[in-house]
Amino acid sequence: MNEIFEPKIVAFVCTYCTYAGADLAGTSRLKYAPNVRIVRLPCTGRISPMFILKALQKGADGVLISGCHPGDCHFTHGNYHARRRWMVFRALLEFTGIPSERVKYSWISAAEGGKFADLMNSITEDIRKLGPFDQYNALIKETEAPATF
Amino acid sequence: MAKIGVFICHCGENISAKVDCKKLAATIAEHPGVAVSVDYKYFCADPGQESIKKAIRENHLTGVVVAACSPRMHEATFRKACAEAGLNPYMCEIANIREHCSWVHTDQDMATEKAADITRSMVEKVKRNNKLQPIEVPVTRRALVIGGGVAGIQAALDIANAGQEVVLVEREPSLGGHMAQLSETFPTLDCSQCILTPRMVEAAQHPKIRLLTYAEVVSVDGYIGNFHVKVKMKARYVDMESCTGCGDCITKCPQKKISSEFDCGIGKRAAIYTPFAQSVPNKPVIDKATCTYFKNGKCKICMRSCQINAINFDMQDEFIELEIGAIVVATGFQVQNNAVYGEYGYGKYPDVITGLQFERLASASGPTFGKILRPSDGKEPKNIVFIQCAGSRDPSKGVRYCSKICCMYTAKHAMLYSHKVHDGKSHIFYMDIRAAGKGYDEFTRRTIEEDGVSYLRGRVSKVWPKMSKLMVRGVDTLLGKPVVIAADMVVLATAMVPQPDAKEFAKTIGIAYDEYGFFNEAHLKLRPVESSTAGIFLAGTCQSPKDIPDSVSQASASASKVLALFSKQTLEREPVVASNNEATCAGCWGCVLACPYNAIEKKDILDRSGKLIKRVASVNPGLCQGCGTCVTFCRSNSLDLAGFTEKQIFAEVMGL
Repeated sequence: MNEIFEPKIVAFVCTYCTYAGADLAGTSRLKYAPNVRIVRLPCTGRISPMFILKALQKGADGVLISGCHPGDCHFTHGNYHARRRWMVFRALLEFTGIPSERVKYSWISAAEGGKFADLMNSITEDIRKLGPFDQYNALIKETEAPATF
Repeated sequence: MAKIGVFICHCGENISAKVDCKKLAATIAEHPGVAVSVDYKYFCADPGQESIKKAIRENHLTGVVVAACSPRMHEATFRKACAEAGLNPYMCEIANIREHCSWVHTDQDMATEKAADITRSMVEKVKRNNKLQPIEVPVTRRALVIGGGVAGIQAALDIANAGQEVVLVEREPSLGGHMAQLSETFPTLDCSQCILTPRMVEAAQHPKIRLLTYAEVVSVDGYIGNFHVKVKMKARYVDMESCTGCGDCITKCPQKKISSEFDCGIGKRAAIYTPFAQSVPNKPVIDKATCTYFKNGKCKICMRSCQINAINFDMQDEFIELEIGAIVVATGFQVQNNAVYGEYGYGKYPDVITGLQFERLASASGPTFGKILRPSDGKEPKNIVFIQCAGSRDPSKGVRYCSKICCMYTAKHAMLYSHKVHDGKSHIFYMDIRAAGKGYDEFTRRTIEEDGVSYLRGRVSKVWPKMSKLMVRGVDTLLGKPVVIAADMVVLATAMVPQPDAKEFAKTIGIAYDEYGFFNEAHLKLRPVESSTAGIFLAGTCQSPKDIPDSVSQASASASKVLALFSKQTLEREPVVASNNEATCAGCWGCVLACPYNAIEKKDILDRSGKLIKRVASVNPGLCQGCGTCVTFCRSNSLDLAGFTEKQIFAEVMGL
């Protein structure tokens, strides 16, 4: 049982900044951990909390949201909406028993390929430390169990 | 039943070196809904594209996933290939297994596993793609240019000379803007009016330009290619048709002591006036605020003096509506009010003036006919102190930015002064000399070396009157000594600031502005003349402080953008836009608040008798840019974004 745990992380990124940043990491041939799967969206404003929950429900051990830096949003302020939404959603996440450390939020511009690669490594390490995410499925089993009263 | 074709590209060895493409193709082939799963060395090359087209035709594929490089690279290529094979181009998706996988990972097994995940996720997405059609938007080929300064005139002339209609709106009674106020222009010392007035006349007489002076844009609705603009024509009380511009009324007007806006308060004008002698149109307006008749109900001397009865005191403001395809905003700047510098005594001592006032003194057509005379006693000043950065680069009292032109115009003022007053001496207090521009540094060097202007590096702490002089206390930081100069006149290089109503105006027409009120460009480097709103372009100092060459360049750039837009009857754009399910929309208007583009309108749903059933949100596809913020905001799940629907994204997540 000494095998290293390889977490699965789903990243929701905007196409204008972070997706382009990830492309830059690629064209610069920077090496990073292969644990993150990217879902491309037009803007972080498009990211619904439901996507995050769905990812966690379907076996992701961690979720990353990343978009343009504040003030740089291609759509002027979609990233601000995303940030506000995340501030509220984080509290809700904690309330439902899902540790909010499993969801990360970051800004990566189209020019920050290096930062993207570093983030991939650090988020993989962080989630690895947290271990596999199975609370959600445990929760499902609990709710689906017949009522005992 | 979905029949998806998956095409896995080796990209030479770029992908196949780290991803086992054969194994990947075999894995994906087993995924439900996948009809074809093949790998090939270069799918982007002609034979590769042909093989995709062949597979689409032979297998009647309903969707295509190309697992290759970034969609930012070849999405357009592969979508075009699909369209050529008869498949809707939006049924093609790219799985990025090069930039996001093979180039960045070292372990082949893990890279192959990741590539499979990425590809599967795109297969799941493409199954739920919709056949989208590009949106066609008709274009009204008529441009609106707001602001009749040098930038606005340039943009209007460029567009009109290309054969397109232009409406040029100026809120002052005459074209010209700030450039008309200037004496000579750096670095060539061209007479400003000599180069500007011919262009003003050209704009006014151009058959393709409709000139609306003394008019203001009050509302802008619609979207790129289809703006509806309402313009207020302020009452001039002078009939533009019949007035010949003889000027009899102006000479007869008993109110002649009104401080002239054009002369920055140094000259006087009558209540019925043209801003300056070369005004275009050269027809007067009555200033309602100062006219004796409007104040006391008696006078009408001008009306009696007019031989053609062009004066009409019953005239009212009129509103005209225009259909416009593109807008160029060239609303210009204002100079900062230097009363904030109490220590310089601007407004308190009449001989402390702004750079713009100095321009009027130096102008041959100005109140002193080009003689440099002190406002207080009309004497020729023998010693002038110029204070640079009186407002700029001063976060405490002024503005943080550099106004860009002050170093140059101060050097020009000192040079003009030395040419006009041969025994005069001028001193310039400066922080840095910023003379970047063609011929600019040479110009400032000339001021220092040939005209002997003394430059003192340091700030001025106080100006106070002593006898008929103004004492200026400053510091020369290069000598490390305080200096006191007895000056006859002090000229402040005032900061360039946005028009006082710039923010309000930006909201009216729906463009973004920065913390100061300068209008924001779409991208500082790559889209410097486009505003954040499609179809609205920026020119001149409304965007940032600029000199004349820069303003004119930007105006011509804006004009070329407008002409590119007008080169087609219709606009075609990506159909990635939001749409609303009106049946489930609850009308909470959360989306209206979220939309950065004002693309969501409230729409009434009526029954047959015209009774209101409910009000729902309706997305204007011409305005929508497809960010999807509204979709996430929608509480009733009524909104969705084409190309990135809820279903597609959930499927993508499930596929991972």
